[in-house]
Amino acid sequence: MGRNELALTPPGHGRLWLLGALFLVTLPHLLRMPPWLSISCLLIFGWRLLHEVRGYDLPGRWLRYLIVFIGIAAVGAAYRTLLGPDAGVALLTVMLCLKLLELRTLRDAMIALFIGYFMVVGGFLFSQSIAMGGYLFLVVLALTATLIALNHPAGRLADYRLYLSTGGKLLLQSLPLMLLMFLLFPRLSNPLWSVPEQGPSARTGLSDTIEMGSISNLVQSQAVAFRVDFDGNVPAADALYWRGPVLWHTDGRRWERMQMPIQREPPAFEVLGEEVAYTVTLEPHRRRWIFALDLPLNRPRAANTAFYFLPDFQLLSEREVKEKLRYAMRSATAYRLDTLSPAMHAAATALPGIANPRTRRLAQQWLEEGITPAEIVQRGYRLFREQPFYYTRQPPQLGDDPVDEFLFSTRRGFCEHYASAFVTLMRAAGLPARIVAGYQGGEFNELGDYLIVRQSNAHAWAEVWLQEQGWLRVDPTTAVPASRVESSVDAARFQSTSSLDDGAGFAALRKLYRQFRYGWDALNHSWNQWVLGFDRQKQLELLRKLGLHTASWGWLAGIMVGLVMAVVALIALLTLFRRPPRRDPVARLYQRFCDKLAKAGLPRQLDEGPTDFAARVSAARPELASAVQRISQLYIRLRYTRHGGTQDIESLRRLVREFKAQI
Amino acid sequence: MQPPLQQVIEQAGRFILGKEHPIKLSLACLLARGHLLIEDLPGVGKTTLSHVLAGTLGLEYNRIQFTSDLLPADILGGTVYERDSGAFTFHPGPIFSQLILADEINRATPKTQSAMLEAMEEQQITIEGKSYPLPSPFFVIATQNPTYQIGTFPLPESQLDRFLMVITLGYPAHDAERALLMGRERRDMLQEIKPVIRPEELLALQRQVREVHASESLIDYIQALLAFSRHSPWYLTGLSPRAGLSLLSASRAWALLAGRDHVMPEDVQAILPYVVAHRLQPADDTTVHSAEALVKPFAEVPIP
Repeated sequence: MGRNELALTPPGHGRLWLLGALFLVTLPHLLRMPPWLSISCLLIFGWRLLHEVRGYDLPGRWLRYLIVFIGIAAVGAAYRTLLGPDAGVALLTVMLCLKLLELRTLRDAMIALFIGYFMVVGGFLFSQSIAMGGYLFLVVLALTATLIALNHPAGRLADYRLYLSTGGKLLLQSLPLMLLMFLLFPRLSNPLWSVPEQGPSARTGLSDTIEMGSISNLVQSQAVAFRVDFDGNVPAADALYWRGPVLWHTDGRRWERMQMPIQREPPAFEVLGEEVAYTVTLEPHRRRWIFALDLPLNRPRAANTAFYFLPDFQLLSEREVKEKLRYAMRSATAYRLDTLSPAMHAAATALPGIANPRTRRLAQQWLEEGITPAEIVQRGYRLFREQPFYYTRQPPQLGDDPVDEFLFSTRRGFCEHYASAFVTLMRAAGLPARIVAGYQGGEFNELGDYLIVRQSNAHAWAEVWLQEQGWLRVDPTTAVPASRVESSVDAARFQSTSSLDDGAGFAALRKLYRQFRYGWDALNHSWNQWVLGFDRQKQLELLRKLGLHTASWGWLAGIMVGLVMAVVALIALLTLFRRPPRRDPVARLYQRFCDKLAKAGLPRQLDEGPTDFAARVSAARPELASAVQRISQLYIRLRYTRHGGTQDIESLRRLVREFKAQI
Repeated sequence: MQPPLQQVIEQAGRFILGKEHPIKLSLACLLARGHLLIEDLPGVGKTTLSHVLAGTLGLEYNRIQFTSDLLPADILGGTVYERDSGAFTFHPGPIFSQLILADEINRATPKTQSAMLEAMEEQQITIEGKSYPLPSPFFVIATQNPTYQIGTFPLPESQLDRFLMVITLGYPAHDAERALLMGRERRDMLQEIKPVIRPEELLALQRQVREVHASESLIDYIQALLAFSRHSPWYLTGLSPRAGLSLLSASRAWALLAGRDHVMPEDVQAILPYVVAHRLQPADDTTVHSAEALVKPFAEVPIP
């Protein structure tokens, strides 16, 4: 078999490596694609594997064309398009699998492999987590090892260590360059290309309407809603009310937001206590509002989004939050807020038609007793404590007058039941009141020194306007004593010390688990902050610390190219000038002689003996023949015969010196 | 080159046309006290080469044709009851000769092959508890048909290891073949061979080979070659220490043939393919390699 033919067929072990690496590369996409499409792709992998191992036939040309056509049609049918990231990556995955059916020459294998490298980038389109990063790093390692296996004609499957270690070394060597480019590559304030909207994806987190039962579904999720780094002390747990949508309108069952004019700065209010400064990292929830500690003092600052306020202190981003969003804020936890426009007053006291008559009657009763508004608020709050109200995640279904049923018959509910019942009661008594949805509390991660707020912290509470005090926050859920809380998970929410009677070992295990969870979350937080969140702002900060103040686009590009070239040049120099150390003077003198000839265009081959080399040089440069022969003879005498002493070394030294002058 | 060796090569060259390199290799193998395996198609002159060598060196010569029904006793000999003396006496087999041509050794069964090869290794045979030394010098030229031909028992690697060198003769060049076709009957010419060297002189030369100087730099080179074979992904298994010794003694013989009293890296390179190729297993054994192609990767080893 000729050399050319050998070069054209990928070696058997290389083909198996290729199969494995391509499987790893497509795996995240196979998991995302419709199951029937993924299974078809796996069948093709299986077919190729059987071909390699058992020698099964691959399809003929026409069948292959048919399969390719079906593959394109299948992706089209599954996604209703061939464009966009979802369908595009699926099409690429399917085509890569189909390529396995006609992979014959080394060239085919290399193309498939390079598509594999490209697909690694595709993996980041859908997830940029640490886990995905780690996985894709392993995939790159597998691909690089495959590249080595494919180009190793004499290699074999059992040499996997050689491939992996060589591939690993290559990746490690490229690491400094990667870091350099990561740190210095000019960042755009907007993405270079925008990833188009991806179909109907589920929105997570709070919705902008509240119905009985909408939050109790949400709190079952342990997903992180946002994380908060405080600049100073963390406020007390009972001050951690994270304000979200404010709900005014109700039809008796559903609560909705009110249309209001937007404004750039927060409405004015009176600050009573200390200010709290903090930075929120919000997980994407595909809605426009963002969360701040009650009450925000300033307009949040973030890299590439503008924000504005509504008069009821809702904070909105100008776009839906589709990527992680970091913004810095200041808030005052003790305040006095008086603003109540006539429109707000009207909205805050409106109750629909004739719904919930018993509730209205109760409020009417209180009014007839002639008590002050502040006492009415007290009465309402005490109602939940003194009557047998239960806090539960599985509240019973409510009928046409939900507040009536809740207040007078079922008396079992979740925070939205309490908040809406309380607000309805206050409005029936003529007091302006509104529901605020958001999050309450959070877990403090000591490992990362930040607060984690999860979906399970979702909450709803009430605000009542009193003539003397302005808007007053009332959280009617807290009126329910811990003894009437049904779910053990929620018990932890009411009292910080767990009343569960664990054994000591179990407690230690639980502590270990919490530590692990906090550690992992802290790692994720740093990843978000320093890797995903490394934007132009951070880049400029870093460069400023390095003493570089004019970091324009061109500058950055220049520095990056310069540094990369410097690294490459350094590596090249090290390779060029790395030579095994020679202590033997004879070998050193001969090396000098060879170097001189190499410069004259006659380099000695690695495996060329002194006699052969002398003969070749003499033939090429007859005028040097005698000197070359003399030096070679002397070298051989010193190095390979029994003879030769110090005077020979001296004469060799002299001859080499003369030779260098002669050439 | 020493005059007697020069004469040997010249006379052999007259009978085997255009094959000076294989003749020199055979002679080096003989001087290094190794055995030679010629692997080639029938009819390219394997038998002639061994005839000529035996005649030129003045050695007693026996030819053993290996067949599938040949038994160990057919080679080694055996004890036979003699009615006249009333005692068992040992009748030496054809192996008791200074130069043996073991023709088509891979046609014999493994049992017979191993009897032969053990005798080669030990330089003596043992029958019924009694040892009989083989003559000295003792040199085996075995021939083997290419293993893919039918009716062969390929020699296992452990047996191949006992041959210092494995060479091929190959087809003659155009001019040499023409001279062969135009010339006299080879069989007649063989009768005219005259020894140019006596067995004692040959033994002296063999001793001289052992005196050829191998410097530390040269040993470095041989060790580098061995290490390369062990770490290189081109081969399944590396070379053994015995292979290293063989490499050294063959290089010494080659240096002596070149008339030097010291070994040069070029000597090692000259005999490398014939000494190591049969001891190496290529990792990619899908193709049939020539010895020269098989050792090509050794060019990566720098001469220290």
